[in-house]
Amino acid sequence: MPREGVLIHHPYERMTGEQITQIHQASMQILRDPGLISFNREAIEIFDGSGAEVSSVPSSGNPGWRVKIPEKLVLEAIDSAPKTVKLGARNRDNTLILNGEEPRVFFVSGSETNIWLDVDFQAYVKKSDPDIEVMVPEFHPRRGTVADLCQAAHLCEHLETLDAFIRPVNIQDKDITEDNKDVNKFFASLNNTTKHVMAGLTSLKQLDNVVNMARLIAGGEEELKENPIISFITCLVKSPLQFVDDTTQTLIEICRRGLPTVVSSAPQAGTTAPIKENGILAQINAEVLAGITLSQLVNKGTPVLYGTVPVRARMDNLNDSYGAPESTQYNVDCVQIARFYKLPCYSTAGVCDSKTPGMQTAIERLFSDILVTLSGPQYLHCAYGLLDGNSTFCLLQAVLDDAHFEMLKFFLRPPQINQEAIDETFKQIREVVATPQKLFIRYIRPLLRSGQLSMPYPFEGEGDTDNVLALAYERMQQLLSQPVEHIDPETTKRVFEEIPGILPRLNVYVERTA
Amino acid sequence: MTEDIVALIRKNVIQGRKTRDDEGVDESMVGMPGVLELTRQACEKNIPVGEIIDQGLTAGMQVVGEKFATKEYFIPDMLASAEAVGEAMEILKPYLEASDVAMKGKFVIATVKGDIHDIGKNIVSILLKGAGYEVNDLGIDVSTEKIVDVVRQDKPEFLGLSALLTTTMLVMGEIIEALRENGLRERVKVLIGGAAVSDEYAREIGADAYCRDGFQAIEVLDNFQEARV
Repeated sequence: MPREGVLIHHPYERMTGEQITQIHQASMQILRDPGLISFNREAIEIFDGSGAEVSSVPSSGNPGWRVKIPEKLVLEAIDSAPKTVKLGARNRDNTLILNGEEPRVFFVSGSETNIWLDVDFQAYVKKSDPDIEVMVPEFHPRRGTVADLCQAAHLCEHLETLDAFIRPVNIQDKDITEDNKDVNKFFASLNNTTKHVMAGLTSLKQLDNVVNMARLIAGGEEELKENPIISFITCLVKSPLQFVDDTTQTLIEICRRGLPTVVSSAPQAGTTAPIKENGILAQINAEVLAGITLSQLVNKGTPVLYGTVPVRARMDNLNDSYGAPESTQYNVDCVQIARFYKLPCYSTAGVCDSKTPGMQTAIERLFSDILVTLSGPQYLHCAYGLLDGNSTFCLLQAVLDDAHFEMLKFFLRPPQINQEAIDETFKQIREVVATPQKLFIRYIRPLLRSGQLSMPYPFEGEGDTDNVLALAYERMQQLLSQPVEHIDPETTKRVFEEIPGILPRLNVYVERTA
Repeated sequence: MTEDIVALIRKNVIQGRKTRDDEGVDESMVGMPGVLELTRQACEKNIPVGEIIDQGLTAGMQVVGEKFATKEYFIPDMLASAEAVGEAMEILKPYLEASDVAMKGKFVIATVKGDIHDIGKNIVSILLKGAGYEVNDLGIDVSTEKIVDVVRQDKPEFLGLSALLTTTMLVMGEIIEALRENGLRERVKVLIGGAAVSDEYAREIGADAYCRDGFQAIEVLDNFQEARV
């Protein structure tokens, strides 16, 4: 059975129907004028051959072309893009069915951070009273490694609310090169989680190695088509309105192979997109639709997700401000726009500006997680463990995020209000008011262990002390001690024999000497 | 057979099953006799009342307390068990009077004059009955005079006063003073509780203890009992 996610019965929407239409029309106008600049020749040839207006643009650097995409092409692409996309998994029970017409939300990790944040606890003594000792968390940033990625996948396998795994850390070991990064990235992920694995591609030259590896693991070429255990993220547009050469080529090649891919854009309001809401929406919509149009021209019917990572710029340093309420506004709006087109939406929430787990982190990520979830995107990414924008990944934070998604999923259960329940209530009320104590407590018991009542916050400490981080750390250790189902030995052997570049130390079946 | 019935009483106390209609933690027990039916059966079979209490009711509550401490049980579980034990003790009362087995003590409890809040008091009453105390709950908005009269007549070992409001908590001090004026203060241990009060307030008005909740009340009473011995 596929994963259920959580269905949003009444999605929160900010825009009226008229406003969405205005944004759509604005995007269509942008695609006509000024259109996009493409630094990818093949994309231009495809657009040219399909009736778009193409012209070369003078450039002192790489050659570029302008493409003006008519609305007709865009609407045809929206029509042909599948409204339901299946993301498979090694364990079929972890399959996701993303239906653009159904606001069923799946929670996913992300993105590719450079920094891994280790945590430990140190004892501090109160100066004025040395008998008082407290344990304080200390955070240690360092560059991420493939071992970290394995550990991230391992932890995410055991996070109940996490539905799919987007690699959250950039592997920067000394023996990771452009030629082997992708195969190691995908293998480390696939070997440590049975959930769906999604990632971007560093080098197009590695695409076939990655796909061949996925075929081996899925059981064959047809099996991979039927159960796509991997998918890709292509952020082919550099805002504003430019098709980047290599990522555009990657999109083209992935679409030719018919594997699911996110067509994504990540403009920053105030720098690479207009600061006002209507502006960034019109632009990001134009950019994503341009990418989707290209995907459908390459391979009509190839599965794509409408991918949006809009964010506002911070005014003090022009970094991304995911904590700004506007960033959440943009994301909620983009979900609504995707629903207008009935396309499955890859949305973003749970990212924060703060750099370590703590109060600001909790506030910023809950703010966006709750609101964007309520808007009903099918694929909510970046939701676990990210800090300092998407620069840092922290396992402890991912554990904390899992706990608040439990709360959120509980909240989103539909109300159980029906005549039978109401009649039962009348019976209880009449019984209780007849007793001297007048307490309803005895009626709690049948619900207490049936999952119908929410549990207390799992990291609540004793007494007055806030022990959230220490308790979450214990939980993290506990989850990491639980085993994961690695790829079987025979398949692993074939992968290492047939796919070049995978680091030998990732083979869990080979004993290592000290 | 004796052992079976008493063991079943203990098991049903742990399950919090007062009667055969109760589900308990293990839902498959519905329809089987609960604590009250089994207590009556035990009495009919002339099982010594001390054995029923010690090895059935109290032993069961001991396990419930341990499960609560490890967070396997929650307050609704504790209350269901305590309620079952409390009502079983009512069934055993005539047998207790005929035997040499003593209840743990008499506990009079009331919400003071001017205050109608009683959720906490009601929960404490249930828990104390479950712990083997004979509880006389005077209800809410109880006058100082009434409380003094009951202490004089019933001679309880313990008096519990509850108040939620900072305005009504002042009455607690008046009650303690009234007990003193009537020569009754030394005869009874006074415990106070409620959102408005505290350890510090208990010391200020000369109460014997402040109890955060029913569980702490049981702990405090046990300490008083040990001090007596």
